[in-house]
Amino acid sequence: MKSTERNDAARTVVVTGLGATTPVGGDVATTWSALLAGTSGARALTEEWAAQLPVTFAARIAVEPLEVMPKVEARRLDRSGQFAMIAAREAWLDAGYAAKNTAHEDAPDALVVDPVRLGVVIASGIGGVTTLLDAWDTFREKGPRRVGPLTVPMLMPNSPAANVGIELGARAGVHTPVSACASGAEAVAYGLEMIRSGRADVVVCGGTEAAIHPLPMAAFANMMAMSKRNDEPQRASRPYDKGRDGFVMGEGAGVLVLESAEYAAARGARVYAEVAGAGLSSDGHHIAQPEPTGRDIARAMALALEDGAIEPQEVVHVNAHGTSTPAGDVTELKAIRATLGDAAADKITVTSTKSMTGHLLGGTGAVESVATVLALYHRTAPPTINVDDLDDEVDLDIIRDEPRALPDGSVVALNNSFGFGGHNVVVAFRRFG
Amino acid sequence: MAASQEEVLTGLADIVNEIAGVPQDEVELDKSFIDDLDVDSLSMVEVVVAAEEKFEVKIPDDDVKGLKTVRDAVDYIVKAAA
Repeated sequence: MKSTERNDAARTVVVTGLGATTPVGGDVATTWSALLAGTSGARALTEEWAAQLPVTFAARIAVEPLEVMPKVEARRLDRSGQFAMIAAREAWLDAGYAAKNTAHEDAPDALVVDPVRLGVVIASGIGGVTTLLDAWDTFREKGPRRVGPLTVPMLMPNSPAANVGIELGARAGVHTPVSACASGAEAVAYGLEMIRSGRADVVVCGGTEAAIHPLPMAAFANMMAMSKRNDEPQRASRPYDKGRDGFVMGEGAGVLVLESAEYAAARGARVYAEVAGAGLSSDGHHIAQPEPTGRDIARAMALALEDGAIEPQEVVHVNAHGTSTPAGDVTELKAIRATLGDAAADKITVTSTKSMTGHLLGGTGAVESVATVLALYHRTAPPTINVDDLDDEVDLDIIRDEPRALPDGSVVALNNSFGFGGHNVVVAFRRFG
Repeated sequence: MAASQEEVLTGLADIVNEIAGVPQDEVELDKSFIDDLDVDSLSMVEVVVAAEEKFEVKIPDDDVKGLKTVRDAVDYIVKAAA
């Protein structure tokens, strides 16, 4: 894209609404205060099945969907779809639009978006795995007749996106990128592109995941990917610490409302940040192992900078993928330094909010985009917790324990997300105004 | 299991409430599932399967199409359970 095009207000994309339901809070405000306070969402699983697994803890959602969603609606959605709907509603109202994108008698002036100019991009890494496995249990216990007719519309990975699209009447396009743990960030990148390319004025984008079920828990544990610190769940997710031994499974969703700067300005919307650019690459290397040199992670970051016409010294903060695995954390930091160069890299701060939320898989890139946007908006970045003994190979400024102020000016922060399969997605946000 | 029309209506109203969120007292004999109660075709399948279990009857798929109103369903179940 040419820089002259990029400066066009119709092609500049901004964030106007945020929503989240996470292991540390049932909405954005609660999640954000918990992140600044360094709160862990991990805890021992109380379900009977947990005891037989090698990993007996996870970061469950802080507020169960049934506390905020009618039962009849909840039973038609996979748990991942419930999370996405809750976060999407929050983001939509936060952006100042009318509930369900419909003006009502009691609020005739409520803002609505032309449905054919409204898109939805909500990602999932795994899809409705709980629905699928529960339906299989039903099949085996009670026979095929008892398998619910909503099983397929609930388990398909595009179900959360489709249901949010139906809720808002969105007709510009509803999409579901699937790229494991990069999915949520890829949804933001896709939303950016939908607006830039002129397909939509407003896009509701994000990611969701609900895979805390014995089967995925056993499978991830057998990959040797998860922390086995069963005695100390809240200390288990410890990116950059010498004692890190794998990620902590989380669940939840994050959603952002993006719109063209022109559209947002015309309605006087509050803007959290600009989505300055996105960079995507793939490793071409291994289905589960990160490529050890980080060359394609670095390339994704470089592409994001190029896409947003961002100079390395404008970058002040990175919300890292940092999953707390022995190999991945340090490879990413090396790639950050290689991309920005020493002068810029020495001035940035890096955090991994996964130390608190756990790893939300397909939801992670979206929740961390929300955190990155809020860090710019409040000029305060959340810490990484549990870094008791910093890995000797860490040569960037990790924010530890306490939040850190970000510099003034229209600075840039990156959100990195990488997924099994070698998917690398970097979204660059710029402080607005 | 023999059941009266009233018993079946009450039981069916509970099922429709559980599945579609319609208040029990709105599930009346002359109401159409689709037009009045907003029970879509997928939810109708759920209602039928739940009714089969509750009233210990069989409602073949081919017969489900004929169950337009609550009365249709109640009469069908009363007859099938007799």
